[in-house]
Amino acid sequence: MSNQASVLDNLEEVRAMIRRHKFNDYVFSIIGLIALMIGLLTLLTLFVDLVMDGYPRFTFEFLSEYPSRRAAHAGLLSAWIGSLLVMIVTFLSAVPMGVAAGLYLEEYAPKNWFSDLIEINVTNLAGVPSIVYGLLALGLFVYILDLGQSILTAGLTLGLLILPVVIVATREAVRGIPVAIREAAYAVGATKWQVVLHHVLHYSFGGILTGVIIGMARALGETAPLITIGALTFIAFLPPSPITDTPPFLNFEWLSSGFTVMPIQMFNWLSRPDHAFHMNAAATGALIIVVTLLMNGTAIWLRYRIRKNIKW
Amino acid sequence: MVTTSTPIKAESRDLNFYYNGGHKALKGITMPLYEKKITALIGPSGCGKSTFLRCFNRMHDLYPGNRYDGQIIMHPDNTNVLANGVDPIEVRMRISMVFQKPNPFPKSIYENVAYGLRVRGENNKRVVDDKVEEALKGAALWDEVKNRLHDLAFNLSGGQQQRLCIARALATDPEIMLFDEPTSALDPIATANIEELMSELRNKLTILVVTHNMQQAARVSDYTAYMYLGELIEYGDTRSEEHTSELQSQDVIPRPTRKETEDYITGKFG
Repeated sequence: MSNQASVLDNLEEVRAMIRRHKFNDYVFSIIGLIALMIGLLTLLTLFVDLVMDGYPRFTFEFLSEYPSRRAAHAGLLSAWIGSLLVMIVTFLSAVPMGVAAGLYLEEYAPKNWFSDLIEINVTNLAGVPSIVYGLLALGLFVYILDLGQSILTAGLTLGLLILPVVIVATREAVRGIPVAIREAAYAVGATKWQVVLHHVLHYSFGGILTGVIIGMARALGETAPLITIGALTFIAFLPPSPITDTPPFLNFEWLSSGFTVMPIQMFNWLSRPDHAFHMNAAATGALIIVVTLLMNGTAIWLRYRIRKNIKW
Repeated sequence: MVTTSTPIKAESRDLNFYYNGGHKALKGITMPLYEKKITALIGPSGCGKSTFLRCFNRMHDLYPGNRYDGQIIMHPDNTNVLANGVDPIEVRMRISMVFQKPNPFPKSIYENVAYGLRVRGENNKRVVDDKVEEALKGAALWDEVKNRLHDLAFNLSGGQQQRLCIARALATDPEIMLFDEPTSALDPIATANIEELMSELRNKLTILVVTHNMQQAARVSDYTAYMYLGELIEYGDTRSEEHTSELQSQDVIPRPTRKETEDYITGKFG
């Protein structure tokens, strides 16, 4: 009987101990929630603030007007077109190169100390401050290659900036493919290139795309390197249209045109003393955030859609 | 013990294998594969049976630093598949493989089976259609999937997926088919289906199968090899003296001449 009593006493102790330990769970969940909220609420406040300041500017004219001395008539036309054209060059330069480099490193390159060194450097490149890329581009593209302070230079600069992001995303996506699938393909007699083309590229597409979009979203908001290479801050003209109505329907003069982009236009407006321009800046900021969120949302949605049919 | 009238399809001669880092995983293996027979490789985990199997289609070439030393000769052309001048891709076109876990591609049933043909550049739809049907029939899967050939392969059950992998390996008319523990991820019914299928495939091609399951070796194989610590301990005709054995497990190698083999097949260790 006394034995049973001691078990019961003990039970009380065990329960007290569990309660004590569970209290820690509770404490940590509160701390974690606070940490999360500080980050999220700050961003949300910023976004709401931008939207409230820039609200009067959310009109069609804001997108269809050139910048102007009068704040109420100033628009983003040259800036968003500039951003779009620069993004096209960035995409076309960074994606094929980044994907090819990532595939090579993962599938073809021999694994030794040299490829380890390259891997470390590629990862580090992703963390190099963007202004450094601006200086590099100024020296290389503007002075040595004489590409001018143009859309082409800007696109290549940002392409260089997001290249490591694309490489790393490609490698990670490729690494996610199970060994069993590769071996299955090799076992029926596929060459490396067939495995890459029919399988690796195919199954890692969602992951690569996600990386590309996130890189592009980063490039969209970049300001420093473009100021370094000499982006204009006030343009009341558009680059020549890439598409023409006469054969061959394509025109590459826009590549050598001067340009501005949305964050630079925003910076320009923000640096003016007239408060009315700050409204324009806020509206631009809100627009950039929305576009970035849309791009990231698209990336998540695409990844979900593509991964849905692939289970390992 | 082995009837000399059966032609030899392939044989390993004094085969040593070293993994990257120098570990010697196979030690002087000399063993025949008789044509249109099933040879089973048994032995405890880590004894090198999968390593040996994967030498036949040069799978070890996919990973750097692995080294073969010795020969695997294929008949009747006397090609040494391990020779430096022989392209592993050529070898894999003649010797196909079925893996331990079903590993279909995340593609349609049809494209899974057709893949080997695509790799060979066959794009004629009629030819591919016929081959796919033939392979799926050969893998006893046709009736179950003929109305949904363009469904995703992942929607099949585990056993069906494994038969799909067999169809994929079959579609290119290989001379030898390697099975690396093909039923270890399957339930008993699916296992029975695969074993039956293997017995039927024996009419067309030569089979080498790694198995953990002694009864499976006894049920499906014509010849059995027992490996231990990278060495071939014993090799024999699985059924030659069946009538003399009492226990089914002893059917594998009916009168093990080596004590190690006897201990393993009677369950004293392993």
